[in-house]
Amino acid sequence: MNDIFVLIEHRQGVIRDITFELLAFGRNLANKNNAKLTAIIFADNSKKIIDKIKTQADKITVIENPIFKDFNAESYQIALAEIIKKENPFITLIGHTAFGMDLCSSLATELKIPFTTDCLDVEINGKKLSVTRQMYDGKLNVKLQLQENDSYLVSLRAGTFPAEDGNLNAEIEKIESPISAEPDYRKFIEYIEVVAGEVDITKSDVVIGIGRGIKEKDNLDIIDEFADAIGGVVGCSRPIVDAEWLPKDRQIGSSGKTIKPKLYIAIGISGAFQHVMGMKSADTIIAINKDPNAPIFNEADYGIVDDLFKVIPVLKNKILEAKA
Amino acid sequence: MNIIVCIKRVPQTAEAEVKVDSSGKDIEKDRLIFDTNESDTYALEEAVLQKEKFGGSITVITVGDEDSEETLRIALAKGADEAIRIKVEDLDELDGFKTAQILHKIIKDMDFDIIFTGCLATDDAYSQVGTTLAKLLEIPHASLVTKIELSENSADAYRELEGGLLEHLKIKLPALFTIQTGINVPRYASLIAIRRAARKELNEISKTEFGEMKSNSFIEELFTPPVSKLAEILSGNPDEVSEKLTGIIKEKGLI
Ligand SMILES: Cc1cc2nc3c(=O)[nH]c(=O)nc-3n(C[C@H](O)[C@H](O)[C@H](O)COP(=O)(O)OP(=O)(O)OC[C@H]3O[C@@H](n4cnc5c(N)ncnc54)[C@H](O)[C@@H]3O)c2cc1C
Ligand SMILES: Nc1ncnc2c1ncn2[C@@H]1O[C@H](COP(=O)(O)O)[C@@H](O)[C@H]1O
Repeated sequence: MNDIFVLIEHRQGVIRDITFELLAFGRNLANKNNAKLTAIIFADNSKKIIDKIKTQADKITVIENPIFKDFNAESYQIALAEIIKKENPFITLIGHTAFGMDLCSSLATELKIPFTTDCLDVEINGKKLSVTRQMYDGKLNVKLQLQENDSYLVSLRAGTFPAEDGNLNAEIEKIESPISAEPDYRKFIEYIEVVAGEVDITKSDVVIGIGRGIKEKDNLDIIDEFADAIGGVVGCSRPIVDAEWLPKDRQIGSSGKTIKPKLYIAIGISGAFQHVMGMKSADTIIAINKDPNAPIFNEADYGIVDDLFKVIPVLKNKILEAKA
Repeated sequence: MNIIVCIKRVPQTAEAEVKVDSSGKDIEKDRLIFDTNESDTYALEEAVLQKEKFGGSITVITVGDEDSEETLRIALAKGADEAIRIKVEDLDELDGFKTAQILHKIIKDMDFDIIFTGCLATDDAYSQVGTTLAKLLEIPHASLVTKIELSENSADAYRELEGGLLEHLKIKLPALFTIQTGINVPRYASLIAIRRAARKELNEISKTEFGEMKSNSFIEELFTPPVSKLAEILSGNPDEVSEKLTGIIKEKGLI
């Protein structure tokens, strides 16, 4: 079978976790299907990146050019399309990350190859490819068959596949960049960090997470009182920040903070994977949600299926009693 | 500034029970509530805010069944000037690629400076339609935009990356932006505006006018996700569950 390609994701030379996940998944897929795994690196300087991944692929193709210092979906798209056209890999795997989301659809459209996003699994059957992904707020999985083709593009969900050590010794191939300047219609300017507020939710042993189930801003008082009682800080899901009820630095999840407290209590949060990515490493997770099918119960250690407005005031008093 | 906004009507499934229907390839829709896709309401609001600043007009487009007329009318009530529905009765035959192709067929002959789409439709969750459409139209794009500053021929777009980091880009117009939630605070439509919008004419175009279009993918089956680890659910009334949970928290030495 033709190669399996994995695109290396890094931010200014620092490899992102998704890269190791993609390499581990790609290696398993390659083994199962008797294929070669090729990692593709675009960077201004690739040495450190190569050192970190050289045991994890059969081959590493390196495209070094100053224009690849920062990620620009457009430069990547133009260059990667050239390489894929030439090498015709059976499948190219890219992370379903902010980086991948900006790149993949236009790349697949340019190449006219079947593509789908945010996959949890990929199965190869002869020349056919099917994938598993999620729909409807993570409540259902779907198995999709892609239109049969020689080459496919798939993006994979971050945090799904465990990274693994490798024992390969990759052959390194350096190739000229197909382009030498950033396209004039899309220029990278800079990265801007989030401004830090007064509360650092990553430093607390106990974090109370509140979600859209709180319904109204005024109801946050109930959560503040509960957090005070138990001795924790309040974090939240994205919609609470979108509504401007809490500042951005309280947001837990892929586009917010990653927390690892001893105790995380998710209240009125459904458990979207973007949220879960930010809190799944907590030692103990408790979820309070009125929907028994909420995906958060698949992540939690303990669950209460009930109305938060009925439970929280009672729970607060029990905690205070227990502390007294 | 002439702005096109692509919007979709989707079922609200975060709090609902979602069941696979007898075909195994679709869900039971009769008991679900439908509304405008969340990020599309932010995309529309952004269009209205930009129009208030720069003038111009807003056209909303949906590829959808008859029920999605309501979605278009809400958009008209919130400030869109024109509304187009590309009629598709069997929504299930659409995948992200096909939807983008249909949108491309109609938009390619329109006059626009900017297209806004949502960053993700919460039903199929592709995050694909906007960026595919941009490529088909051969215009630049930026996805997951949480801030945008427009000038005559270009835009400063700020994309939200992992950890909340922003990527600042300069993009030439015409361009397409997929809008992330939180970029603004969407308004509600006033009752008067809703009544006025109810009388407005919608443009309807049959998909068949565009000829055959290909899907990229086909649904084999829908199924409930396998559970790797299910929480121990504490049973009882609020008093009982609180008692149990306090015991667990105390036992773990967390209070
Ligand atoms: C690129 C991208 C990045 C994202 N990044 C993040 C991120 O970093 N963090 C994040 O959180 N999200 C993120 N999201 C959004 C994510 O997909 C979800 O939309 C979001 O997490 C949902 O928040 P929620 O659980 O509060 O709301 P919902 O999904 O609406 O869930 C509300 C829950 O509250 C429950 N509920 C309602 N009323 C009550 C009650 N009275 N008592 C008890 N329970 C009740 C409901 O049953 C439901 O489960 C991102 C999305 C995208 C596309
Ligand atoms: N049927 C549709 N009609 C109009 N716009 C759509 C349709 N489907 C998707 N879109 C747009 O594309 C965005 C992303 O959808 P998706 O790629 O399916 O996650 C949505 O937020 C909408 O703006």
